[in-house]
Amino acid sequence: MLARFGVPVPRGEVAFTTAEAVEAAKRLGGQIAVVKAQIHAGGRGKGGGVKIAKSIPEVEQLAKQILGMTLVTHQTGPEGKKVGRVLIEEGLDIDRELYLSILIDRATASPVIIASAAGGMDIEEVAAKEPEKILREHINAGTGIVAFQGRKLAFGMGLSGAAVNKLVKLLDSIYKAFIETDASMIEINPLILTRGGDLLALDAKVSFDDNALYRHPDLKELRDISEEDPLEVEASKFSLNYIRLDGNIGCMVNGAGLAMATMDIIKLAGGEPANFLDVGGGANAEQIKNAFRILMADKNVKAVLINIFGGILRCDVLAQGVIAAVTELGVPVPIVVRMEGTNVEEGKKMLRASGLSFTTADSMGEAAEKVVALAGKR
Amino acid sequence: MQGLTGREGTFHAKAAAAYGTQVVGGVTPGKGGTTHEGWPIFNSVHDAVRETGADATVIFVPPPFAADAIMEAADAEIPLAVCITEGIPTTDMLKALTFMEGRRTRLIGPNCPGIITAGQGKAGIIPGHICREGRIGIVSKSGTLTYEAIHQLSKQGMGQTTCIGIGGDPLIGTSFIDALRLFAADADTEAVIMIGEIGGTAEQEAAAFIAGEFRKPVVGFIAGQTAPPGRRMGHAGAIIAGGQGTAAEKMDALAKAGVHVAKSPADMGVKMREALGR
Repeated sequence: MLARFGVPVPRGEVAFTTAEAVEAAKRLGGQIAVVKAQIHAGGRGKGGGVKIAKSIPEVEQLAKQILGMTLVTHQTGPEGKKVGRVLIEEGLDIDRELYLSILIDRATASPVIIASAAGGMDIEEVAAKEPEKILREHINAGTGIVAFQGRKLAFGMGLSGAAVNKLVKLLDSIYKAFIETDASMIEINPLILTRGGDLLALDAKVSFDDNALYRHPDLKELRDISEEDPLEVEASKFSLNYIRLDGNIGCMVNGAGLAMATMDIIKLAGGEPANFLDVGGGANAEQIKNAFRILMADKNVKAVLINIFGGILRCDVLAQGVIAAVTELGVPVPIVVRMEGTNVEEGKKMLRASGLSFTTADSMGEAAEKVVALAGKR
Repeated sequence: MQGLTGREGTFHAKAAAAYGTQVVGGVTPGKGGTTHEGWPIFNSVHDAVRETGADATVIFVPPPFAADAIMEAADAEIPLAVCITEGIPTTDMLKALTFMEGRRTRLIGPNCPGIITAGQGKAGIIPGHICREGRIGIVSKSGTLTYEAIHQLSKQGMGQTTCIGIGGDPLIGTSFIDALRLFAADADTEAVIMIGEIGGTAEQEAAAFIAGEFRKPVVGFIAGQTAPPGRRMGHAGAIIAGGQGTAAEKMDALAKAGVHVAKSPADMGVKMREALGR
């Protein structure tokens, strides 16, 4: 993707098997090659997912070792991520490793380029220990990046000679890539300066704005659901905002803020939330049912808290959906319901009349305490 | 209302009118000259403003066209534009906010429930029946948490002046500070509840503003104390990135600025009573 916008990148090929890795290394010339694990997380070098091979047999051996391994880095969590593919890349003669990223600065509502001469390592660590080594350049969205800004960053990173204008050109390409692909962040780490004086993006992480994917079918194609939680993939099919967590109290809430606050109050009451779930403002009975099915597919869930503040979503509609779901799915764990707002009395009446056993609560605090107690008993 | 002829637009236009708001017409390009539920429809915001004298617009336009609608409103120099739409691409908002620089329109949102002044009128989707007139202002990134705060205030016997939902997107028109300035100037507002969430630094900036010049009591709550880093929690802007934007750092900044910070979302009403010494 970066190469398409004119950013210089090393030659390389993706391989899914050891045999493919060997073929790729041969095509690259059989010289020094780098074998890189391809997972959706950073810190791969430290975790043992990036290795240098000096010969074809070494490529074979390293590819065999890395493909299929579970790579644990500071960004994967302790469970790690299984490596399904490797990138076989030409080896380069590196003089210096630099850092470059672009993202939106919310405070100034403008894109900002972050650059540092301290590339190749964890930039968060650099920012914490040596903040003076981090350079920032805000970009006016009307003009795009201007050449002097590129020179400022180049000199700031200690570049000189022809490398200065190479960086100016590279930044122009990166800015174009950022805007035209609707990226939320492009991070190049390291950006390398070779002994021959060339600048290349040796490694990059790019994240895209979900809200803009509708106009980038090519990027949508890149989605790799094997990198995602299966329940989250399922939830996304029904436009439900679901994020799986480690606890045992499932929660179903309307609105993102209230959903986060519900997780917080479960924790304050001494429990652990099993998920974040926002069913949205306009949920219907069918969506409520699907939400329930996804909640209950997580076998860690020992009790469920439903916290709904009816505004547009009416409490009677919610009650109807919950009753249908519990009747049809036979939910085997205790359910605490806290409803407030539009048509609350009607909703409560429906729950009572259903003959199903719900625990009700009148406030968020009471609901959290009840659900934590019920989960603890199981 | 831009997008009045749509399902959402129609529903909320009726609700706003029922609450006492003067809804004077709608804009749907191509349907100009027709009427919808008794309201005249115009092809452009310019036409609508010229014909009706509207001084506010509420935008219920689907995400791919919403930034365009915002810019059209700004070009028509309408004083207030409230954008409800959720899911606008960030680069579109970047263009819209750049376009609005130097123009007189105040934008609230996007991805927000809008604004309501209890007992008087509303521009947006906050249900009128849960509000009651009183002396507390609310500014919030979240819709349903705003309703929760209103409910807790009611239980404590307190009502509201105005509630402003500023939205949960990374790029928004009205910040916490903008809203606080308005509450500072509003003699009817005695104290403010400010509801933030993880992501960005808007709450920290508001804390600095409060410490420097805001003289009314503030109760604060930050959602997402238990949110895992690197995950987007429903709102496009609710994400802890690079270790920044955590609830802990925001709560800390607010507490240092003298804000009465509620650790539990259930305590916003009680905290307000305490803050007012009642």
